[in-house]
Amino acid sequence: MDEQAHEKSEVVLDVEHLSIAYETRKGDVQAVRDVSFAVREGETIGLVGESGCGKSTIAYGIVNHLGPNGKITEGHIRFQETELVNKSQAELGEIRGNNIAMVFQDPMQALNPSMRLGEQLTEVLTCHRDISEKKAWQRCVKMLKRVNMPDPEDVMNRYTHQISGGQQQRVVIAMAMLNNPSLLIMDEPTTALDVTVEAAVLDLIETLKNDFNAANIFITHNLGVVARVSDFLCVMYAGQMVEKGTVVEIFKHPSHPYTRGLISAVPKLGESKSDSVLYPIRGRVPAPANRPQNACIFAPRCDYATGECLEARPSMVQLSPDHAARCLYAKEIETRPKTTRRKPRVFQIKEAVAKQAASDECCLDSENLKVWYPKAADSVVSLFGLGEKKYVKAVDDVSLRVAKGRTLGLVGESGCGKSSLVKGLIGLEPLTGGKMQFLDIDVKETVTARATELIREMQMVFQNPDSTLNPSYTVGTQIARPIRRFGTVAKGQVRAEVERLLNAVRLPKTHYDRLPRQLSGGEKQRVGIARALASRPDLIICDEPVSALDVSVQAAVINLLLEIQHSFGTSMIFIAHDLSVVRYFSDDIAVMYLGRIVEIGPADKIYDPPYHPYTEALLSAVPIADPTAAQKEIRLSGNVPSALNPPTGCYFHTRCPRRAELLPDGGAICEQQKPPWQQNGTGHRILCHIPIEKLMEMEPVVHAREPNANGSVIAVDS
Amino acid sequence: MSDGEQATTADSAVDDIPPLKRDRRSVFTRLTEGLKFIWASKTATVGLFLVLFWVFVAIFAPLLTPYTPLEQDWKNPNIGPSKAHILGTDELGRDLWARLIYGARVVLVVMPVTDNLWIPGGTAIWGVIVALLVGTTLGLVSGYHGGWVDEITMRLLDAMMAVPIILLYMIIMAALGASAINVVLAMTIVGTPGIARLVRSLTLDIRTREYIRAAETRGESAWYIMFVEILPNARGPIIVDAMLRVGYAIFAMGTLGFLGLGIPPPSPDWGSMVAKGREFILSGSPWAALWPSLAIATLVVGLNLLADGIREESMRYQ
Repeated sequence: MDEQAHEKSEVVLDVEHLSIAYETRKGDVQAVRDVSFAVREGETIGLVGESGCGKSTIAYGIVNHLGPNGKITEGHIRFQETELVNKSQAELGEIRGNNIAMVFQDPMQALNPSMRLGEQLTEVLTCHRDISEKKAWQRCVKMLKRVNMPDPEDVMNRYTHQISGGQQQRVVIAMAMLNNPSLLIMDEPTTALDVTVEAAVLDLIETLKNDFNAANIFITHNLGVVARVSDFLCVMYAGQMVEKGTVVEIFKHPSHPYTRGLISAVPKLGESKSDSVLYPIRGRVPAPANRPQNACIFAPRCDYATGECLEARPSMVQLSPDHAARCLYAKEIETRPKTTRRKPRVFQIKEAVAKQAASDECCLDSENLKVWYPKAADSVVSLFGLGEKKYVKAVDDVSLRVAKGRTLGLVGESGCGKSSLVKGLIGLEPLTGGKMQFLDIDVKETVTARATELIREMQMVFQNPDSTLNPSYTVGTQIARPIRRFGTVAKGQVRAEVERLLNAVRLPKTHYDRLPRQLSGGEKQRVGIARALASRPDLIICDEPVSALDVSVQAAVINLLLEIQHSFGTSMIFIAHDLSVVRYFSDDIAVMYLGRIVEIGPADKIYDPPYHPYTEALLSAVPIADPTAAQKEIRLSGNVPSALNPPTGCYFHTRCPRRAELLPDGGAICEQQKPPWQQNGTGHRILCHIPIEKLMEMEPVVHAREPNANGSVIAVDS
Repeated sequence: MSDGEQATTADSAVDDIPPLKRDRRSVFTRLTEGLKFIWASKTATVGLFLVLFWVFVAIFAPLLTPYTPLEQDWKNPNIGPSKAHILGTDELGRDLWARLIYGARVVLVVMPVTDNLWIPGGTAIWGVIVALLVGTTLGLVSGYHGGWVDEITMRLLDAMMAVPIILLYMIIMAALGASAINVVLAMTIVGTPGIARLVRSLTLDIRTREYIRAAETRGESAWYIMFVEILPNARGPIIVDAMLRVGYAIFAMGTLGFLGLGIPPPSPDWGSMVAKGREFILSGSPWAALWPSLAIATLVVGLNLLADGIREESMRYQ
């Protein structure tokens, strides 16, 4: 929005010096301290920060849902110039009326599964105002149209489980907008969604903001998302606001070390391990009970900290009318030398990656792999095994090759068969067909029938740090188990070997006797990696190893995996839904859609044209942590079709945005014939009817940008 | 693969963690921690005291009374509480306090296998332990295995649950004859389906966790996964359930004794004491029936309170 409109528009919500505490058995714990911000009409303010930073607490404070043990200890919340703090629940209800709406992360929990969506939506209207059932119904249908819901009349008669996750979130947003609220609070509204769906929902939020002129608060941990939808940004750390300003300003000149850390901890789309380095922020967010009161709260993790930082709590330093940071050195941060000597390890990684010879030796080779799940009988005939058998073709005709010491990245929306493929490879699901060669040995059996020597060479790192370790055993026991089972070292040396592994994943030896519940998420993930390494495997399959971790910890785990790959020469299969991370980490990438690989090749070729139309859509959906980046908007319509009844011809033709424009007679061929593999130079193949020359002419999704301020930050270090 | 000799400089991401004391706590600190846990819940504390009372009198029974449970005082049958007999006597002049606490012994502390062989662990306790062993194994196998194994086991157990419990007890005891061993056997047969159901549902949840997947990718055997990976994580609910089941078992023993199907007389059994004493309630001597009834009630209520308190407290910590 332009500067003048910004001056004129009305302040809807004004939060001043807000502090919130929770009463616990050990006394009050301060969750939010001294936070001030204002939201104007038609403006979105983004609250960003890692988990445990108090973002959601602020939102709950505004709508007074802090729970029985939460309380506002200080400060003011003014909503349309009325004070909300210290008002009773009834008074608040009157003031707020239906003027504040909230959208939560999980749409499944916001919608009642036993009521039709129409009833739930009309209820919102009939409960708050005098309106007839019929009129309310019509308004709801209209609103569903506004949020781009296909077939709104039909959706009104459905139940929650009958529409997809993205559609559910649209219904929740429609519900929030029904009463035309002046303030809309969104708490991680897209975190549970796929990239492609997320992009569409973000577009929707953006258009609604302009149409309804509501004030928005957008809470997220994802810098890319916030860069896309917000006008203003508040960076939260450990309950305090450390930096606020316009989005452009903050991404251009991040002035608090924490903001700078966050920005350089995530790979930008297109960056790879050979040309850039990720900087993790050391340590972790301190628990609310032991946060320093009279010192800079970030000092223990800060690369610029000096003695002065520990003496007093810095106040907000105004850098420009629209930009302030809570750091003593905010003004000079861009040129200031770091006070801590970073170990040069990150640079060793860079060299190591550069040296890594392109190996041609094959580690895993699969041809036409199939993993089909038989569908339960749904007719009397098939109950007796007579009817036609139906299968869910989770993985269909997948051929891929992992070279020794290299990484193959697997991307695709959820439900595209990534996990089934991995289960088939590792032997947790029987292969329905196809051939697989692992270390030049033909493997067909499931894991129970494989030879122990073969099992130990293929191990796995899992997604969820909370369930990757058995809560009943100590870290040491769990890492020792594979060592004992595979006899990696002599019996007397097991403990020494476990300690060596702990060291390799950068954990102190004292963690040997700890139980998983005593570790943080990042530490659990490291133990999971150590356990996978314990049998000294040739191939490690990483199933979304960083997606459940906080941003600042992600970088450390990615660096660790890179380092391990280098020093142990391990081959890897890396699954992630974050395309920037996959691009950064992988040497080769396979894009999957509905159980098939649609494009496979070296990482740099995948991310430049020619693209498969699906890859193009995925890339254009990635939220980029740079508000100035120009990104093409290609949105897929509809949902991933059912794998039980895949479309005829090309599986992607139902959603393909390109076939009509690039093929004669609207791409009729796509509906009838299976597409051929088209070669584009060494190892890059695309499964598409559109001739490669035409795909080649497509514009790149993300335009090349001038290196921005963040780029130069890294340059200063080296 | 290369025998990776790692350059091992501690990472900056972890070096701010203070060294932790070894987590090998002494038995004493563990015990006090457990007690603190129970102390936090009033329900559990009351339950614990009731249970401890009965365990105490059962263990020290010979020291707490000058009489034996079989000794008959011919001159004083069916009297109320007096100096000589603090709870009174039964129709044969046997001391009720002695019979009561020796009866607690049979329930909680020793099991008479034959007249001469008594093994430690009360009859009710053994009944629950054996039922736990069988039920847990069945539950683990059908929960982890799934498919036909699950279907067959669970349908068989369902069929058993369809028979009314009292009827089932009576059939089993009538078929096997009255003895402590057979009481344990009956309790096992009756208790197994419930335990198997509980363990199966816990297993169904736990087997989806990623550490189970990790064990499977290591090629661990099904038995290892069931008993080493899954079982320890199901122990909380199983322990609480077992406590409730000891209560049911005491109840069942009382019922069987009352019906004359329990541990054969003249050994002091709470159920048969009530059955005998019942005849004299209307003739003015309710004591012989009252005390054992109270004993059963307090012990069962105590166990229930303890189990409920522990369950609530552990839920709160989650």
